[in-house]
Amino acid sequence: MKKVLSVILMLAMVFSLCIALASCNSEDNKPQESQNPDQSAAPVESESKEEGQDEELKFGFIYLHDQNSTYDRNFMDGAKAACEKLGVTYLEKVPIPEGNECYEAAADLVNQGCSLIFADSFGHEEFLIQAAEEFPDVEFCHATGTQAHTEELPNFHNAFASIYEGRYLAGIAAGMKLNEMIENGDFTAEEAKIGYVGAYTYAEVISGYTSFFLGARSVCPTATMEVQFTGSWYDETAEKTAAETLIQRGCKLISQHADSMGAPTACEDAGVPDISYNGSTAEACPNTFIVSSRINWEPYFEYIIDCVKNGKDIDTDWTGTLETESVVLTEVNEKAAAEGTVEAIEEAKAKLQNGEINVFDVSTFTVTVTEDKNVNATVDDEGHLTGYQADVDTDEAFQGDTEVVKDGAFLESEYRSAPYFDIQIDGIELLNAMF
Amino acid sequence: MTGNNTNKVKDPLLHIIKRGSIVWWKSALIRVVAILIALVVVALITLVITGQNPIEMYKAMIDGAIGNELRIWNLLQDTALLLVVGLALTLSFKMRFWNIGGQGQIIMGAIAATACMKFLPGKVPDFALYLIMIASALIAGAIWALVPGLFKAFLNTNETLFTLMMNYIALNFAAFLTFRWSKNSGNNVIGILNRKTHAGWFPDIGGEGFVGRSFLLNILIVFVMMLIVFVYLKYSKHGYEISVVGESEKTARYIGINVKKVIIRTVIISGAICGLAGLILVSGVHHTLTTDIEGGRGFTAIIVSWMAHFNPLYMALTSFLIVFLEKGAIQVASSPALNLDDNFANIVTGIIILFIIGCEFFINYKIVFRKRKGGAS
Repeated sequence: MKKVLSVILMLAMVFSLCIALASCNSEDNKPQESQNPDQSAAPVESESKEEGQDEELKFGFIYLHDQNSTYDRNFMDGAKAACEKLGVTYLEKVPIPEGNECYEAAADLVNQGCSLIFADSFGHEEFLIQAAEEFPDVEFCHATGTQAHTEELPNFHNAFASIYEGRYLAGIAAGMKLNEMIENGDFTAEEAKIGYVGAYTYAEVISGYTSFFLGARSVCPTATMEVQFTGSWYDETAEKTAAETLIQRGCKLISQHADSMGAPTACEDAGVPDISYNGSTAEACPNTFIVSSRINWEPYFEYIIDCVKNGKDIDTDWTGTLETESVVLTEVNEKAAAEGTVEAIEEAKAKLQNGEINVFDVSTFTVTVTEDKNVNATVDDEGHLTGYQADVDTDEAFQGDTEVVKDGAFLESEYRSAPYFDIQIDGIELLNAMF
Repeated sequence: MTGNNTNKVKDPLLHIIKRGSIVWWKSALIRVVAILIALVVVALITLVITGQNPIEMYKAMIDGAIGNELRIWNLLQDTALLLVVGLALTLSFKMRFWNIGGQGQIIMGAIAATACMKFLPGKVPDFALYLIMIASALIAGAIWALVPGLFKAFLNTNETLFTLMMNYIALNFAAFLTFRWSKNSGNNVIGILNRKTHAGWFPDIGGEGFVGRSFLLNILIVFVMMLIVFVYLKYSKHGYEISVVGESEKTARYIGINVKKVIIRTVIISGAICGLAGLILVSGVHHTLTTDIEGGRGFTAIIVSWMAHFNPLYMALTSFLIVFLEKGAIQVASSPALNLDDNFANIVTGIIILFIIGCEFFINYKIVFRKRKGGAS
């Protein structure tokens, strides 16, 4: 008994000493610690560039989840790369829910000396605006948000990317694959049905699957699509079940707008070709993965760092494009993809960039307007869109406030960076709705 | 436990004996030692599993919790928010009414407060807004606890399952409302209410330069609440009735306590305090309603209450400890140099809490080793 006790006491004493020392150190070292990283990186640059006014530049990031979420991981990779490249100190706060915690995290980052702060989740926006009002000297940037253009705060900015172009290109790969399977006699042209696993029935997702579908149909004219929503951005089981349901219903190819490996895994198990999102799933799904589109945030981070360093104004709404390399496709998996996919994508990409084709060209799709469907749209006799009042401004009225159809095309991401295409076009059937 | 038949049967290596009572410093010492051992174990696990420096991790935890003035205020506020729920649950627990519906009761309070902040400004004067908001939040929380309370009192239903089920109703009601009240169609975000006018917001205390200005009132409310609950349980007739009902309903009936009345009265108060927690979350902290506004407090507070042996003053300590660990965990996950994710930080918190709860065994029981009589070992 005495021995046991004395050993325990010994351990306790040694350890409490460690802790005491550690906590002292943490107080003493903190300022040095936070300076050291810049000093090792910054001096070279500040000497070569200018009087080192940016040597203290700190960039704080607020993430909804940690790196196990592909969505947040995509931001983290871009953020770290941009900060390293431009010699800026990287700070982060994770996991930060979409509540007042976001404001608190922002205030804490300001406290740590950040002059540029970024948050990655839609629900963070309001709380970031609150911080932006309180700290006018700090620049706040927010991905996927919708309120910068109406809020008119000089230090609050929204950003997104024309990911619909990326999805359109991925859709071309899908159409090529469908054509190949039809030619092989796997099924008839009329049976060419695509399955899509979506998170929520919300403009960002609708814009995504519609552009994907239009890309596929530009190559395979008989293609149709069914969409199953999961009601979550990340729910592996629900996404897997949704993909399996779609496959059972006769879908010949699957794509997704949700963040887990659920759908790609279901496809690999069933041997159904798959177009994933947010990054390549080739490693886990070598036989069925074709290609994936994603938003590359690094160009945006480099842009805003450059703005802050050189005292330039940051765009209120910044939309990354194929041009800025914000919209990218992974390498095509030759094993699963149809022959000539790479060339077809390259060709379409060039046409998108020079304006020869437009993803939401109204002549390529028709819309049915009924009393409770697509009420904001006006169409001609053939069903082609002639006008659409989109809900671009965030306000109490859930109503269209901006005409977004001009010169024969729906102008996506023109009046604000976040998508607002929420029309249900003909040829796509929604199996359920999730808000 | 001790047994009388020690003569014939082989004497076991150790006996576990229930302690009658324990001196305060001994129980304090046991707890401190438990925490220290937990820290050692965590350090070893960190080192073995992740290869990260545990000292660096502890530094990050301490930094995250009390690294600067803002963080300290934050820590105190979150302690208060957890404590107030613990206070509410303790009232029920003392009566052996296992109210695990804190979550639902908080959410209902939050919903009521949000509704007032959303629909009343401009229609009623400011002071009336506050009065209606406070009253409706308390009533909403109370009703959510009263329903299972009535069933318990009159039909003797199982309150644990009943309160648990009420949580899901409240949670989905909140999800429904965040959609219905959302600022832009279908995006599920209500947004900060009255950001320009601050109508229905708890006022700041102190001027611009005071870091704790938005936190202080929340903390003070809970502090006062803690004293009230302490006095109520310890010195009032109601408090006495609660503990008698908790110890034995039959005794309570025998000495003429109206058991039904006590149960109903107590769950109403318990639910109302949860409603108060919801009110503080909406008016004092978030200024909006989200589906995760409750933040797991309804369940975490159960641990807070048990660890403190249902003593409101000790509960301030146990809430502080848990919130300290939570805040530390966020900083651990947010330190790129450490390369530890949120999940690992939560494992650490779990281990430490496990040790603290586990050490209760050594406070309630003592281990007596067999007297050596020349045998081996």
